[in-house]
Amino acid sequence: MNVVIEVRDLRKSYSGVAAVDGISFVARPGEFFGILGPNGAGKTTTLEMIEGLRKPDSGAISLLGRSPWPRDEELLPRIGVQLQASAFFEQMTAREQIRTFAALYGVPDRRADEMLETVGLVDKADTRTEKLSGGQQQRLAIACSLVHDPEVVFLDEPTSGLDPQARRNLWDLLRSINEAGRTVVLTTHYMDEAEALCDRVAIMDHGRILKLDSPAALVRGLDAPLHISVEAAAIAPADARGLAGVEHVSEDGSSVMLTTRDAQSVLAELARRSALEGLQVRGAGLEDVFLDLTGREYRA
Amino acid sequence: MRGLVPLSRAMLLGFVRDRMALFFTLLFPLMFLVLFGGIFSFDTQARSEVLQVGDVPILDRAPREQVGEVDITRVDDLAAAIDQVGKGDADAAVEQHGDELVLHFSRADQVQAATVQGTIGSFVSAANQAVSGEPPRYRLRAEQVEDDSLEAIQFLTPGLLGWAIAMSATFGAALTLVTWRKSRLLRKLRLAPVPTASIVGARVGVSMLVALVQMAVFLGLAMAFFGLRLTGSWWMAIPLVLVATLSFLAIGLLAGAVTRTPESASGLANLIVLPMAFLSGSFFPLEGAPAWLQAISRALPLRHLNEGMLDVMVRGLGPSAAWAPIGVLLGFGLVVGLIAVRLFRWEAD
Repeated sequence: MNVVIEVRDLRKSYSGVAAVDGISFVARPGEFFGILGPNGAGKTTTLEMIEGLRKPDSGAISLLGRSPWPRDEELLPRIGVQLQASAFFEQMTAREQIRTFAALYGVPDRRADEMLETVGLVDKADTRTEKLSGGQQQRLAIACSLVHDPEVVFLDEPTSGLDPQARRNLWDLLRSINEAGRTVVLTTHYMDEAEALCDRVAIMDHGRILKLDSPAALVRGLDAPLHISVEAAAIAPADARGLAGVEHVSEDGSSVMLTTRDAQSVLAELARRSALEGLQVRGAGLEDVFLDLTGREYRA
Repeated sequence: MRGLVPLSRAMLLGFVRDRMALFFTLLFPLMFLVLFGGIFSFDTQARSEVLQVGDVPILDRAPREQVGEVDITRVDDLAAAIDQVGKGDADAAVEQHGDELVLHFSRADQVQAATVQGTIGSFVSAANQAVSGEPPRYRLRAEQVEDDSLEAIQFLTPGLLGWAIAMSATFGAALTLVTWRKSRLLRKLRLAPVPTASIVGARVGVSMLVALVQMAVFLGLAMAFFGLRLTGSWWMAIPLVLVATLSFLAIGLLAGAVTRTPESASGLANLIVLPMAFLSGSFFPLEGAPAWLQAISRALPLRHLNEGMLDVMVRGLGPSAAWAPIGVLLGFGLVVGLIAVRLFRWEAD
């Protein structure tokens, strides 16, 4: 089987407003698949339909070769779902939580304890969940959705609301989940997260998939210019404008920024003039792809 | 049923570690038992206080055992004595002019007024009869129909226990449902290979266990400290309590199905349970209530639990007295439970 998820012309509307408006895609085994878009783009609804929590208005979904709707108790042990809000039993410690979830799948306590170790929460095992930090709760939630060793893992905005350090830690965890051979489907409204983690990204807006490809290919397809900046003392703006291949020059007092599609010759020329002091090169990102696709600035 | 054991365990842990839940389930109703038990036991011992103004030979000559029922205090000033009766400090003032006995009483406390008139009247009869010189031909012997042990606590315990069970089962079901739905734990369970019957079964099992613990603690304390005496087939109260728990769970599920937040769920549960407790005679007997109120009360499951428990636990009736309430409670639970299932929602939106 070389298709894990196949979605064809999926549609769902709420009181006449289309939340998901005819999307189709395929996720392959072992793939880290991202759905990127601003809030309200239809990412969560899409995910909930694939997980079998909502019935599509029309269209077809195949998850591991089966239909997720109606609820299929044979399929459920093969998928793991981490929800946006941390859903835990009240008044229980981290270890009790994960052991309870493990027991629901018939998984022994030993395996639950191992999972706690994998997500680095052994020293918090006896802490009540409501006393854990946001990042720790997220890690525990992910551990709870992985404890039965699912083939496909769904993560809905796993890093929203976390501080930068906690986000980086969680990224490492998510990569290791994927490297263990699981197919991961992630929704996010963070551009950098999609770029850092995903093999392929579907960019969604207003219930439609605008484009689907690897982050690098999406950016390459833009033919977007590079921004090269050096210290203001290194080169005079007038000289910079004269360089071959430079399309636009701007300055902000401390640095001069050159916009070009021919980075090779511009950088070579700057190097020849010994004008590389304070050099910074910034390429296009998924923000630029979104801007290009929708004609508007990306706002998460 | 996969998941029944871990889910029961999780609910039980959530309950015993929640101090507020423990308080409202066990301590709060017990406080009422102590409070009501104290008030009513004091009340039944109250004796009539009579002020004797000047010499009252009839009282002096009355037989010992009759005088024992009233406390007699001698005073000299009639006006002051009448004033005391008017204020409620004494129940009556008595003076004698020749062959006439004058009794001053207050209508403010009609029960005491009647009691004291009866008592003093019997003194007068006894005095008349003594003057006639003949032995009394007719005698009155009053016998209570209930067991000799019948005291306030006998009626209070079943009613308050019923209220306590109704409260914990209704709140338990409503809050579990709403809290789990709000935190999306219900969604997590829906995504796990666990049948819905396991979730419901765990809640039913835990609530029944809690109800039995409440019963044991209630009866134990009432017997140890307030002189409760169980009669006849009191053990039939156990199946009664179990089926009543099903009815209250159904009410709680209904309240949980139609509300969104834990706050509104517990508000609605309160709105149902408290009036139900009053209308079902949990706090005071309903004998004096008008017919329409009685009719409403018979539609409430707590009324049938209370009646059933009174019959088998203190009125000394046989086990068959519990069958009718058990049937009504099962029927109520079934009907309300089916409505709750129809209105049930997994998701908050």
